[in-house]
Amino acid sequence: MRSGNRVGRWVRVAALVLLALVVLFPVYYTVVGSVMGPGDIASAPPSLFPHRLTFDNYRGVLHAIPLQRQYLNSILVALAITVSQLVCAVLSAYAFAFLAVPLKRTFFALFLLTLMVPWEAIIIPNFLFMADHQLRNTYLALILPFLAGGFGTFLLRQSFRTFPVELRDAATLDGAGHGRFLWQILLPLSRPALASVAIFVFLSAWNQFFWPLLVTDSPKRQTLQIGLSSLNDAEQANPGLILAGVSMALIPTALLVAFGQRFLVRGLTAGAVR
Amino acid sequence: MRLSRPGLARERTLGLALLLPSLVVFGMFLFWPLVRTFQLSTTGQDLFGRANRSVGLANFRSVLHDPEFGRVLGVTAGYVLLTVLPSILLALVLALLLQHPLAGLRILRSAFAMPFAYSVAAASVVFAALFNPAIGIANYLVTSLGFAPVNWLTSPGTALLTIAITTVWMSLGYNMLVLLAGIGGVDEQLYEAARLDGAGTVRIAWSITVPLITPTLFFLIVVDTITALQSFGQIHLLTRGGPTGHTTTLVYWIYHTAFADGATDYGTGSAQAIVLLAVVVAVTAIQFGVLERKVFYR
Repeated sequence: MRSGNRVGRWVRVAALVLLALVVLFPVYYTVVGSVMGPGDIASAPPSLFPHRLTFDNYRGVLHAIPLQRQYLNSILVALAITVSQLVCAVLSAYAFAFLAVPLKRTFFALFLLTLMVPWEAIIIPNFLFMADHQLRNTYLALILPFLAGGFGTFLLRQSFRTFPVELRDAATLDGAGHGRFLWQILLPLSRPALASVAIFVFLSAWNQFFWPLLVTDSPKRQTLQIGLSSLNDAEQANPGLILAGVSMALIPTALLVAFGQRFLVRGLTAGAVR
Repeated sequence: MRLSRPGLARERTLGLALLLPSLVVFGMFLFWPLVRTFQLSTTGQDLFGRANRSVGLANFRSVLHDPEFGRVLGVTAGYVLLTVLPSILLALVLALLLQHPLAGLRILRSAFAMPFAYSVAAASVVFAALFNPAIGIANYLVTSLGFAPVNWLTSPGTALLTIAITTVWMSLGYNMLVLLAGIGGVDEQLYEAARLDGAGTVRIAWSITVPLITPTLFFLIVVDTITALQSFGQIHLLTRGGPTGHTTTLVYWIYHTAFADGATDYGTGSAQAIVLLAVVVAVTAIQFGVLERKVFYR
């Protein structure tokens, strides 16, 4: 029994190490490739270790695309979407969880419907709307359609509904109106759920590809993701440059995955665990 | 009833007011476009893409009779099959191996979650480099095993597979995190009982953990299938739908018809979009009907 456990343990470690080598290789390649010179990365056979560390790729990528500007665009757009979706979701989740709203079930069904309509299926009229209103290549085009989202409302409503009734009644007896209850009691106690929504919305906004590709064509108005795409088109022979761009684009999302994992999982599984 | 009549009326008004911001956004950019998609699907347009006449169901006829239609559906189905189950199974193996983190290997959990940090663009350009026929690692491995180098993204036999590999890798972190959360919800006492009965690690994983996390697996199958049906970035970045349509899925077909290379055929594109909508709804309904019966709910 004991020795069987020890063998099992080693099998497990061996399997994990093997899988780690395969799964993490692209991550390793992204980072290490970004500090390799062309002699290393484009050699045959390709070298897996840099013979000489170089930051030329990071300098080079700044000339290949307006990376600083695109970084700024991505941050502004993702932050604006995150803040707006949080505010909208808090308000609507509060109404669904605590207020007597006429036609509540119908409205809630509408909110759920937003989660089921594939964005790609309605992208043409949305594109035409932006084109007709001369909004292409503007922040508005990148932000407007995503100012609200069903996901945050859904997750926060779940969280609000588990809020202890006694606490709420106590607040009401103390004369707290909806505003004070929301701002001073409910939201501070719902921080984990709010963090989940914020992280999740930020990640999806930061990673968007199809929509920004459609509504922007001037490099300075594009987001980082589209910048990576142009980099890939223009610098095929220069993978180090592309990998330097990817490494920089990864910084915020890698930080969120590393340090926000607890909140992330909660958001991911909002619909999975009953 | 705690509230007086005027109090209730005020509360109802407040409730509606709080829903309003979201409803305005949904109305403008979701529900109205949904209606517009149906409208556009029955219109033709001039060279500049301006809708100028009603064509009835002609757009649908041309979509359904398009010789490409069959291939597009086949590619879409193939892509879903090559991505959804392989990724979930691989993530399940990882999650089962990681469920009780070994000393010193706790960091592996975060490490295995790292693909989740990659956007579709980031993952695609990295894999484009890995599968580069001249300088990529993939062909280095293939040739050192004694095979001829492969044109991964430009030959019809491997292009879809290569996109699928990229997607499987990308979705691995997400799937693993969700499965770990599901596994974390399994009652420890069940493991104890099984261990007392002499069940081994593999037996416990297969007979206790897996049946108990079927709701999580079901959730992932539905979500991943919908995500796969909506994939765009990896196809655009890796193959542009080629070679000769061999990686053109429904979504990429819409892009190709309505937007690519100055195209402006919004009518046909909208008809294709409605086909996409129908496929997503049908697949989800089937999954709920077939799979949910096999799901074990506590």
